[in-house]
Amino acid sequence: MRHEPEFADDLSALRTHAFSYRSLTWWGIIAFMVIEGAFFALAMAAYFFLMAQEQEWAPRPWSPPDLLAGTLFTAVMLLSEVPNTMIKRAANAYDVAAVRKLLPVMSAIGLLLVIIRGFEFNSLNVFWYDNAYGSIIWALLFLHTTHIVTDWGDTLVLWQLMKTPHGEDPRRLVDTDENALYWRFVWLTWLPIYVLIYWVPRLFR
Amino acid sequence: MRREGLLALLCLSGCSGAQTAFGGQGAEDANFIQLFTVFMIVCTVMYLLVSAALIVAVWRRRRTAMVVEDCNHQATSGVVRPALIGWTALIAIGLTALTLVGFFTDRSNARNGSHPQLKLTVTANQWWWDVEYDWADVSKSVRTANEIHLPVGIPVEVTLKSNDVIHSFWIPNLAGKQDLIPGRRTDAQLLPRKTGLYRGQCAEFCGTQHAQMALDVTVESKADFEKWYGAQLQTAPVPKTPLQLAGYRYITTRECASCHNISGTSAGGQVAPDLTHFASRRSIAAGTLPMNTGNIYGWVADPQSQKPGNHMPTIGLKADDLHGIVAYLETLK
Amino acid sequence: MKSAAERAKLPPADVPRDGPNLTGEELETKLSTTWSNPPGFVGWLSSVDHKDIGRRYVITALVFLALAGVLAIAMRLQLARPDNDLIGAARYNEIFTMHGTTMMFLFAVPVMQGMQIYLTPLMIGTRSNAFPRLNAFSYWMYLAGGLLLWIAFVLNVGPDVGWFAYPPLSGPQFGVGKRVDIWAQMITFTEVAALAAAVSLTATILKQKAPGMSLARMPIFVWATLVTSLMVIFSMPSVALASGMLLSDRLVGTHFYNPAERGDALLWQHLFWFFGHPEVYIIFLPATGFVSEIVATFSRRSIVMYPIVVMSLVATGILAFGLWVHHMFATGLPRIGYSFYTAASMSVSIPTGLQIFCWIATLWEGRPQLKVPLLYVIGFIFTFVIGGLTGVMIAAVPLDLQLHDTYFIVAHFHYVLIGGAVFPLLGAITYWFPKATGRLMSETLGKIAFWMIFLGFQLAFFPMHIAGIYGMPRRVYTYPAGMGLELPNMLSTLGSLVVSTAVLLFVVNLVISARSGRRAAPNPWGAPSLEWATSCPPPPYNFPHIPLVSSRTPLWDAGEKLPVVHGLRVEDRELVLTTVMSAEPDVREPSPEPSPWPLIGTVATTAMFVCSIFSPWAVLVGVVPVALALTAWFWPKSPRLSGSL
Repeated sequence: MRHEPEFADDLSALRTHAFSYRSLTWWGIIAFMVIEGAFFALAMAAYFFLMAQEQEWAPRPWSPPDLLAGTLFTAVMLLSEVPNTMIKRAANAYDVAAVRKLLPVMSAIGLLLVIIRGFEFNSLNVFWYDNAYGSIIWALLFLHTTHIVTDWGDTLVLWQLMKTPHGEDPRRLVDTDENALYWRFVWLTWLPIYVLIYWVPRLFR
Repeated sequence: MRREGLLALLCLSGCSGAQTAFGGQGAEDANFIQLFTVFMIVCTVMYLLVSAALIVAVWRRRRTAMVVEDCNHQATSGVVRPALIGWTALIAIGLTALTLVGFFTDRSNARNGSHPQLKLTVTANQWWWDVEYDWADVSKSVRTANEIHLPVGIPVEVTLKSNDVIHSFWIPNLAGKQDLIPGRRTDAQLLPRKTGLYRGQCAEFCGTQHAQMALDVTVESKADFEKWYGAQLQTAPVPKTPLQLAGYRYITTRECASCHNISGTSAGGQVAPDLTHFASRRSIAAGTLPMNTGNIYGWVADPQSQKPGNHMPTIGLKADDLHGIVAYLETLK
Repeated sequence: MKSAAERAKLPPADVPRDGPNLTGEELETKLSTTWSNPPGFVGWLSSVDHKDIGRRYVITALVFLALAGVLAIAMRLQLARPDNDLIGAARYNEIFTMHGTTMMFLFAVPVMQGMQIYLTPLMIGTRSNAFPRLNAFSYWMYLAGGLLLWIAFVLNVGPDVGWFAYPPLSGPQFGVGKRVDIWAQMITFTEVAALAAAVSLTATILKQKAPGMSLARMPIFVWATLVTSLMVIFSMPSVALASGMLLSDRLVGTHFYNPAERGDALLWQHLFWFFGHPEVYIIFLPATGFVSEIVATFSRRSIVMYPIVVMSLVATGILAFGLWVHHMFATGLPRIGYSFYTAASMSVSIPTGLQIFCWIATLWEGRPQLKVPLLYVIGFIFTFVIGGLTGVMIAAVPLDLQLHDTYFIVAHFHYVLIGGAVFPLLGAITYWFPKATGRLMSETLGKIAFWMIFLGFQLAFFPMHIAGIYGMPRRVYTYPAGMGLELPNMLSTLGSLVVSTAVLLFVVNLVISARSGRRAAPNPWGAPSLEWATSCPPPPYNFPHIPLVSSRTPLWDAGEKLPVVHGLRVEDRELVLTTVMSAEPDVREPSPEPSPWPLIGTVATTAMFVCSIFSPWAVLVGVVPVALALTAWFWPKSPRLSGSL
């Protein structure tokens, strides 16, 4: 038996885009943030597991990573939240012009961060093949770098996209909003990693 | 349930095996049998309850009126709620009881080894067991391979190590298993209660010949153990016949000595089983072959066809050398 | 040009929409044009239809089941007699590794996800799933991972260190050659595939339920899908991290698992089982979802105590993450901590026991019709409960230390996985076969196959309990005579032959019925859920009009007519987003068109992963084509100036 339709509500007046938890892609982004967050959390658990095998951390004769590059990176990362918030607000206010102006700024910050990250790898004072301590320090930094690079690439593509007439589509502003959300995730996850890479090896000698 | 009853029967008839958890010749395994019986009874009762309920639910002759066809498919009768509460309570009580019984058995097992009177170290290798009896006085220590002898009624502490990958030390008649993990030290407590010949086996997959990594276990009276131990303290006898002497020369000067140790000779290799009392053991190559002249020939001539992948190479011995080696090995009692 | 803000506020323009004025055949023709795949082979490769993807998933998984089953028969023949020399040690180790790996990663998880991908949008009344291109990508990645593993096996570089791949055996020193690398990369492929599918399913369930289908009205199978998808999301990162670290130990010389450089072999076991134990429930919970649907339909009534069943699913999903250490009782961890894991492991049987209660109570309160799907459910309860009870046994440390890594465990988890997941799966395939093909499977052949599978299974696996207690360790290619192992092993081998014959019969039934089975009406079993509201097989757009739901059993509670909402565009792919909890209509969402880019992206990713086995630089070089493919995939088709329509 196939049922005949009995028409109830008309949905034609519903809007065709929405921000935040009303957007479908927002849920996709949240799901991926949970996946990557779990990945980071487990990597940190592995860090403490390996740390428990050692008498001191960083194990002698290796010295803890130098602070300069990592701290500079952290500062730039935190400051980047200012333009990031501006973009997010502009997107929510349908201010395409402001979004078009700010995306190159975020792209430039991304480039700067990738460069500083290169110096960070150079300041760890240990190689990944030296011992398990070196392996996990490199792993954490490498994992986070993949996120920096991914989001930088994403921002570059979005910048190009917003320059085209696609930018006029409100759905692209939803994309911009969600890209800014993801950037928050990237810098928030960096904070505990910064502590684990740079400070815990100093404090547990 | 009938099948589970059958299982219990089979266990009663098979309790004489040399490698069975239903042996009960060690304190921990005796605890296992008791605990297993308790779990089996509780689980069988639960299984019968579920099965009976399912059978009645499906095949009882009735027509309830709580179905779609009667437009009443969401109703439930009054018995469901009390039944659910009863069922939940039953599960909860059963699980709590089983958890507690299991916990106290575990405590009891932990006490078995609290005052060990004999200590040995077992080091696992792909695919054989290195065994050392540890004494503070090194001259009293004994090293052997692929066998352990234990005096009955004496608590033993076994320190477990691995030289390569993860293995697991398991003599089911005596106790449960314990892994040997490279980079870590674990230990096992044994308290054998009955004399006999048992068999242990590696229980963690460890590579190609995991299946052929057994351990001969002899539990004997204190006097027999001391006799055996005294013999193990001796160095290898001097070869007597020309044939034995030829074998002795080959072993101590050619390939064999780089891996194997024979105390009292110049053969001092440390990466393969100690051969000082090789011929006194029950089997060759960690339980792969029973010890007899034919098998010694077969093993020495071509270990790769007997236990493919093991770390002893087939070197293509000449017949004369082979005869000599076997003749000499047989003197290593 | 109007600003985006102004356009967002525009009233809807006059485009064709479904409704009283556009319904019936005229509507269906238009929707077909919009939602069909492009023609030809390229169109087939570009499909993003969840029904295509789901069907491909299930069929591919069944092929892997057959392959792994052949390996099982090979092992049983080798073990039929003591000291048998049919298969040598090295080959046997490869075979059991391939059997376990294929069954877990290429059959069990994917077949369940395939069923979920096929059924979920139909059961919740939507046109497509969320992120359909991601879904297509998921399938292609899964296929690539499966092909990688099996091509390697055929080329004699298949893995040989067990499906659990414990280092150091799988590490650079002892796992020489490329065998382990291939295993670990296969893990990466199936991880990505499972995670992609889980994200798609989660978003689909949360945002695309038909208007009115609040969380409390979702079919239990959909609940099971939601719980397992979340479990995938939380557990798979663990094995991805573990296998990533294993690969880097092997390929670039890190020391995560190398005790000589202060790494630790047990780190692997923690990470692996933190994933591996939830994995069992990722396989089992969808099966309980099948059971709940089948029990309700064939008892002719609603499931008894729906909230208890749902809470049990959720509780099992959470508890599953607290049990992993019970796989490690023999590793010498601090003994006192074990009692926590014993208690947690045992407590999982409470929600499972409640679910079993609800199924039996539903049968009790209803009028059971003994069709093939229900037979599988009954066989499932009889079999699975044994596996559950042996699970209670091995949760106790003193019992586990004897039974761990013996054939008792092999028996236990085959009772749980075959009895608990494959029996319901076979019932579910029989149940939803008419939905997917428009034809019913033969009842006679189905019943013969069921009885052979059920009885053959007991013959094959019950004796393994005894073999394990008699001291037979797992993963041995042979065993000596005289230990009492001859009889149980011979019985197991005979049983395995019966089961494989029966599975063959099941497949024959599938093929014959697909060609010439009895034609199925839209709702051949008189079932209550929405997937039966549309035709068999469903059209590419699933439903001409989106149903409006007001109960848990909409088709049983609807009268002659089914309430629907309307007003969706028909010349563009469009679906309704609803709110998460109460499913109020919220947004009209465009749904992506078919695209070849997911497949191209898979090819690029595969090239990167496979080459990385040979040189780590491949990751740096290979990421460029992957990024290009992803950009092309996400780039909008044309400026959607109609975006606000």
